[in-house]
Formats: sequence, C-alpha cells, structure tokens
Amino acid sequence: MTASPSPVLPNAVRFEQVWTRFGDKLIHQNISFCLQQGQILGLVGASGCGKTTLLREIIGLQTPSQGNIFVMGKALPKQAGHLDLQTSRLSGVLFQKGALFSALNVFENIAFPLRELGIADKGFIQHLVIMKLQRVGLTTSDAGLMPAALSGGMVKRVALARALILEPSLLLLDEPTSGLDPIASEAFVSLLSELYGELNFTVVMVTHDLDILRDLCTEVAVLADHQLIVKAALPTVLACPHPFIGQFFHNRRANRVFCN
Amino acid sequence: MTDKATDFQAIPQLETVQQADGQFCAVLSGSWHLCAVVATPKLRALLQQCAENAVTHWDLRSVTALDSAAALIIWRAWGGQWPAYVQIKPEHRQLLQRWQAQVLPNPPPKSNLWIGQGIADSIGSVAGHLRSLLILQGQLLLDVAYLLSHPKAIPWAEISIIIYDAGVRALGITALVGFLIGVVLSYLSALQLKMFGAEIYIINILGMSIIRELGPLLAAILVAGRSGSAMTAQIGIMRVTEELDALSAMGIAHSMRLVLPKIAALSLVMPLLSEWTNVAALLGGMVSALVTLDISMGQFVMKLPEVVPLANVFIGLGKSAVFGLAIALLACHFGFRIKPNTESLGIETTNSVVASITAVIMIDAVFAILLMKVGVP
Ligand SMILES: Nc1ncnc2c1ncn2[C@@H]1O[C@H](COP(=O)(O)OP(=O)(O)OP(=O)(O)O)[C@@H](O)[C@H]1O
Ligand SMILES: [Mg+2]
Repeated sequence: MTASPSPVLPNAVRFEQVWTRFGDKLIHQNISFCLQQGQILGLVGASGCGKTTLLREIIGLQTPSQGNIFVMGKALPKQAGHLDLQTSRLSGVLFQKGALFSALNVFENIAFPLRELGIADKGFIQHLVIMKLQRVGLTTSDAGLMPAALSGGMVKRVALARALILEPSLLLLDEPTSGLDPIASEAFVSLLSELYGELNFTVVMVTHDLDILRDLCTEVAVLADHQLIVKAALPTVLACPHPFIGQFFHNRRANRVFCN
Repeated sequence: MTDKATDFQAIPQLETVQQADGQFCAVLSGSWHLCAVVATPKLRALLQQCAENAVTHWDLRSVTALDSAAALIIWRAWGGQWPAYVQIKPEHRQLLQRWQAQVLPNPPPKSNLWIGQGIADSIGSVAGHLRSLLILQGQLLLDVAYLLSHPKAIPWAEISIIIYDAGVRALGITALVGFLIGVVLSYLSALQLKMFGAEIYIINILGMSIIRELGPLLAAILVAGRSGSAMTAQIGIMRVTEELDALSAMGIAHSMRLVLPKIAALSLVMPLLSEWTNVAALLGGMVSALVTLDISMGQFVMKLPEVVPLANVFIGLGKSAVFGLAIALLACHFGFRIKPNTESLGIETTNSVVASITAVIMIDAVFAILLMKVGVP
C-alpha cells in the first residue's frame, strides 16, 4: 500500500492551530496537521479525548473555537451547518452509531445519496446498491429490512455501504469495525484496501483496532492530553516515548499484534 | 472548489473520431467519477448516442480514473455486453467485468390488494386498538390495586413532575384562550339579546355554557394538544432509544412507572385547569358585558350563583377528570404503538392528538345525554 501523492494535489485535510472548547471544557489544544491525498490516517486516542469531535469538524458539523480547517484545499465556513454540497459529496461519512434513516429500509438508505444526486434510473440504482450490499458482506435478502431490525454489526455495514455509494474521494469513518466480529473486520480491511487500490481516495478513520492500524493505515495520529502528539507512519509512532503511546501500543495485546 | 482543486479531477469527456479504416471510434478520457458524470447530462446523452449508433470501437485508455458507478453507466450504455473492439486499462476492464458478472435477484412478488382486504385490515386495526387499550386498562387496575396495598410504592415524584408540566405550565395558555373565547361569546350573545331587550340574560347564557360545557372542553382540547402529544412522543422516543427495553430489563413495569403517573396526574390536574379556564372565560365575558351592555362586574358576580345551579360546577369537574384520564390513557396507548423509526413517531403522535380530542368530544356528548335533567334551572 504505497501511495505516491503528487505535489500538485492540495492536501486532503489541513488543520491550522485548531482549538476546540465545549463551554469551559477544553477538547483540542492547538492541533495542526496536514493529510495528503491518498493516505489512510488512523486516529487513535483514549475514549472521550475528542476523536469524534475532530471528525465532525472535518465534515463541518462543528466549528472549532479557534483556528482554520481546510478540506481538499478549501477552507471550511466559520458557521456550523452551512455545508457546501460539493464538499459533502466529495466525502462519505460513517458515523459511530450508524445514523441510518430509521424510516427507510436498508436498500433505500444506501440508495439515498444516489437519489439526492438526481439519479432516477431504477435499474442503475438497483445494480449499484446490490453491488455495494454484497461488497460489505450483506445479502440481498437484507435489503428490505428496516434499521430497527438489524443487528449492531449489520448497522455498521449498511452505514459503510451508504458512505461508499458515491465512491467519495474523502472517506471519514468513526470506529468502522467496533461491533463487528473478527471475520467481518478482516473482510472490512480487505474491502477497504481493495477499494483503495481502485480509487485513490483518502481515509480518516477513528479506530482502536490494532490490526487495522498495522494492515491498513499508512499514517497514525495519536490524540492525548488535548494535543496531537504525533502523526507519522506506524513505526515512527511506536518509537515515540509518550506515556500514552506506551500504554496503547506496548501492552501485551499490542505486542502480540505487532511482533508477529 | 478552488481552481487548484478542480485541476486534478479532469472532466470526463467523450469524443468520436473516425479511424483510418473509416470506422468510428469512441474515445473516453478524463476522470470518470459518478458525481462528475451525473453533473454533465450531455455526456450521458452522447454515450447513449454512441451505443445506439452501434459504435464498435471503444478506446478507454485515456481514462484516468473510473469508479464502479461510472463503470456501470458505461456498461448499461453498452446494453450489458462488450462491444467488438475495446481498448482499456486492465484495472478498468476488471471493474466492467464485475458488472458483467452481477446477477440481480428477482424482486419479490408484490401482494395484490383488493378492497375487501382494506376493509378487513381496518376492522382488524380498530379491534387491535380496542384490545390493547383494554389490556392497558386491565394492567392499570392491577397496578392501582397493588399501590393500594403498598402505598409506599406510589410514584409521587413522577406524578408531581407531570402535574407541573401539564398543569402549572399550561396556566398561561388556557387563561388566554379562555379569556378571549369569553369575550367573543359575550359580545356575540349581547348583540342578539339587545334586540329583545333581554340583556340581563347574558349572565345565564355565559354562566351555563362556560361552566358546564366550554370551560372543561377548552381546557381538555388544549391539554390534549399540548400534553397528550408530548406524552406520546416521550414514550415513542424511549422506544427508539431502547429506554423502554432498559426499564423492562431492570424489572420496572412500564404501566407502573410511565402510564399510571400520567393518568393520575392528568385526572387530578384537568379539573383544576378547567375551573381556571372557567374563571378566565367568565372574566372575559364580564369585561365584554361591561363594555357592550353596561352590566357591572359586581352585578354579574352577584347574579351568577342564582342563575347557575351548583350541580353544573360538579358536572364540569367530574367531566374534566374523565377527560384527563382519557387523554393520558390514549396518549400512552399510542406511545406504545410507536415503532422504532421516525416516521412512525410522527404518525402515532398525530393519531394520539386526533384520537384524544375526538374522545373528549364523545365523552362530553355522553355526559350531556346522561345528565340531561341535572343542574338545569
Ligand atoms: N455537544 C457536546 N457538548 C459538550 N461536550 C461535548 C459535546 N460533544 C462531545 N463533548 C465532549 O467532548 C469530549 C470528546 O468527545 P468525543 O465524542 O469526540 O470523544 P471520542 O474521542 O470520540 O470518544 P469515543 O472513543 O468514546 O467515541 C467528551 O469529553 C465529551 O464529553
Ligand atoms: Mg467517538
């Protein structure tokens, strides 16, 4: 998985001295980084350290208290909620809890972005949705189910299919494999790397899954103490002396993963 | 998008060129992404045109990027088969081959509807409503029996919260609506009475109609719209967020913790609210009578007890308690019918309000018939 982004491309995501506060509570303290196109960034950090918040800032659902964010070379507006359609179609999002539309069945959920794009060709939509369903490991008989009738893992898969349907150039995934069994997460890794080979997209992914960090991510960013401690390829991150990295990457479980 | 950003996404293009041997060849270039292709309807028309003209030579080598959705568009334009001569990058060929391999499952046969089915369904649904209402009431009776023997388990905290939400916070709106209705009613009646020189009867008309009918009815309709819908939505959201399941898992009965407090609180608070509305409406009537008919407030207040028998006040109070019970019961009933999706939440909340207002008016009619001879001077 070696991507060679050419220098003319704008950065997929760029944070410039971003501070985020909820009331008095400090979440992000002076975060700056660039993510080049064609990279898969794994974002790790303790629970509640602001990973989801960071993703929401990239989507534009939340604005930082201070600082600038650029997505695909374009500055995000200073007001939350005013999403540029162009930007939102360039990016596909998998929310932590799936965020499926509860009144639509699985098929309609996945077809929703297509319909919004103004595609009315039923046969086309059907082909595409069924293909995506199969690729995330669901069967066509699941297509008619309502979200309330899905298991937790199935919700994740449907949400992933919906995020992928427009084949976006920026994919934002919030804990895509939590709640999946090991076989399914393995399938997810191979699905994503297959797609990654086909379309040179950029991924920002929050994950605690060490296997994914090792097998899929080209870069790893670590959030701790409200700051971005390091953002680099995995070996560099592993060599970093910060105590959180010690706890996260050098425990017994992690050693099993990384020493094989 | 800034200019720089659009550079790398070369626009998808299609050209037909005539080859040396006289054959036409369709040359595709640029980056074929779904969004870009959809954004250029001309391109799809051109693609379709080429396919219809049976162009047999296709050159896709200068396509820089192809996503599977765009590949599907091309594949469907080709009518699901390879043209005779295709030049294409191997990775793009793979994408098209994937579409070649896909077989769609047959759609499930649609059940055909006939009108008898519709009627049977609606009878069934009414029966279902009645049945689950009956079950809810039975459960409530059991709960009340339990609480009578275990008075310590009475959920006072929940009851008082609902009394505050449904009662205290409704004081403003009921007073306003009551006052205005009183003014309007008084004014309209005054116009008629003046013609007969029977101005003094305004007190009889206002007193009887407001205390016996309008006050309780107005208050009940406002509470049904205000608190009934809120109760239905609350229970529905609890279903959506699995809070109902969490309660069950902790062994807490829904009827005891959610339904009973609502019913108890509304039955208590409705009579009070209706008296409050009465007062506001009578006040409005008095003001209007003072202005239009020159009947002083003192006179109004002195005359009122004479012309309105006390029984009417009790009829109003009793009716209101039943209204409150019905509103809360229906609100909970519809709340529990909500399925965990947003659409059902909206439908059942609407149903709840409609049903409880209808029920209130029906109950009022029953009271009117049963108590025809009571409290009439
Ligand atoms: N809307 C909000 N208002 C106030 N505080 C918030 C809000 N959203 C998030 N927070 C706080 O911000 C912090 C970061 O939340 P966030 O959801 O980003 O965590 P996370 O890193 O994604 O955690 P997890 O791994 O558990 O999902 C938390 O402490 C949370 O309490
Ligand atoms: Mg999170």
